[in-house]
This record gives sequence, structure tokens and C-alpha cells, in this order.
Amino acid sequence: MDNVLNQIGIENYIFLSVILFSIGVFGVLYRRNAIIVFMSIEIMLNAVNLLFVAFSTYHQDASGQVFVFFSMAVAAAEVAVGLAILVSIFRNLGSIDIDNLKNLKG
Amino acid sequence: MSVVLILFCVLSAVTLGSAFLTIFTKNPIHSAIYLVICFFSIAGHYLLFNAQFLAIVHVIVYSGAIMILFLFTVMLMNLNKEDEVHKPRIQRWAAAIFFVLMCVVLMLIFRQSKPIVGPYDTTGEDYQSIKVLGKVLLNEYMVPFEFASVLLLTAMIGTVLLSKKEKK
Repeated sequence: MDNVLNQIGIENYIFLSVILFSIGVFGVLYRRNAIIVFMSIEIMLNAVNLLFVAFSTYHQDASGQVFVFFSMAVAAAEVAVGLAILVSIFRNLGSIDIDNLKNLKG
Repeated sequence: MSVVLILFCVLSAVTLGSAFLTIFTKNPIHSAIYLVICFFSIAGHYLLFNAQFLAIVHVIVYSGAIMILFLFTVMLMNLNKEDEVHKPRIQRWAAAIFFVLMCVVLMLIFRQSKPIVGPYDTTGEDYQSIKVLGKVLLNEYMVPFEFASVLLLTAMIGTVLLSKKEKK
């Protein structure tokens, strides 16, 4: 079986993941809509997952992929709880603009 | 350039472009659609690694479950309109500068780091098959696997409790 990383190189995958992760951070900082912020968090999680799989292939070890499964389970739980909190916020405040959430500010 | 490299470049362009469009689109529904495209291209990356099972699971979990959840929430809150106010200009510029700086710093860090493992040896055994993955998952990672199920159960109960309407 021919290894893909021989042709592409692990560096390219590292750079791709870095850019994808930075896009996620940028989305969290840039937008005010809380749903888009959640989507940016998903992008960041995916960047890390991609790097996990790349290094799993690099070391020819299945443990990295198993870790990606756990990461997916955590991401699913996080999104479910987070969106429930968003729905609850929307019911109370009427919007999900994150700049409006100032209840704890003195 | 080999075929694999061209495939990698195309997939990467799709991934990064759709990720950017997810952030820059005003309509949340369009953002969700672009995010689906992004997830599908990441599944394509997994297929490029020959990790078929992971690619299928990724498509099912992310494009299937999580994105449906997002779309339902967007429609539940009736947010599919483009009336979002932007952040103040200085905050947006700060975000852009932070993005560029983070990219540059992380790339410089990883460019200097050389892998200490020698050239990869192909053992011939398909270590990404469902057989090997299942053995690793249920032998070495048995306890985390069980805890993941507890986590999902807790998340389910918490979600139901959070989204239940309060009695007046």
C-alpha cells in the first residue's frame, strides 16, 4: 500500500491545519452571532482532528484515529448542550447577539 | 506534480474557502451550508489517507447530525435574515490582525520543527481497517469508550432539561 504522506508530506497537512484553526479563531473573534461562533468552534475541532489523522497515518498507528472518535463524541455533546443553551438565551433575551449578554457585568 | 498532490491542493482550497465563507456570509443558513461543504472536503482528506471508516463516521456525525442540529436551531429562532450588526471596526481589525499573526507564528514554529522519526516504513498491514480500529478501541481504550457513552447520556439529559419550557 502506497503511503500518501510520501507524496504530500506532513508539513502541508500541518500548514493546512494551522490555517484552518486560525480561521476558526478569527470567526470566534469576528462575528457577533452566537451560532456562527459555534460553527467556528467546530472548524477548530476539525482542524485538530485532521492533524490527528495525519499523524496517525505518519506513525502508522491506529490510536490517533481512536482519539478522533472520542473527540467527535465530545463535539457532538458540546454542540447539543450549547445549542440548548442558545435556545434558552433566545427565549429570555430575544436575540443571540453575544454582545448583549452582559447580565453578569456590574 | 502527482495526482495525489493535485487532489490535496484542490481539497485544501475547497476546505479553506468554504471555511472563510462560513464566517463571512451574513445569512446563518448559508453559513451552515458552507460548513457542510467544509466538512465534506475534510472527509475527502480522510479518504485520501485511506481512512475509510473515519470518513464515513465523519460524514454521518458532522454533516448528518451536527449540521441538522444547527439548521434546526437557526430555523427555530427564525434567524434566516441578514440584519446582524457588525462589531465595531476596531474589533474587526483586531480580529484580522490576530488571525494573520497567529497564522504566521504557528507556521514559523512548525516550519522549524523537523520530525525525528525516520522515513515511514510500510508494514503492509492495513492499520486503518475496521478490524484493527475495533480491537484498539475495545482493548486499550475500553474505559474512555464507556465514559464517552456516559458523557453522551449526560449531554442528552442536560439538553432536555435546558430546552424545556419553564412553568410559570
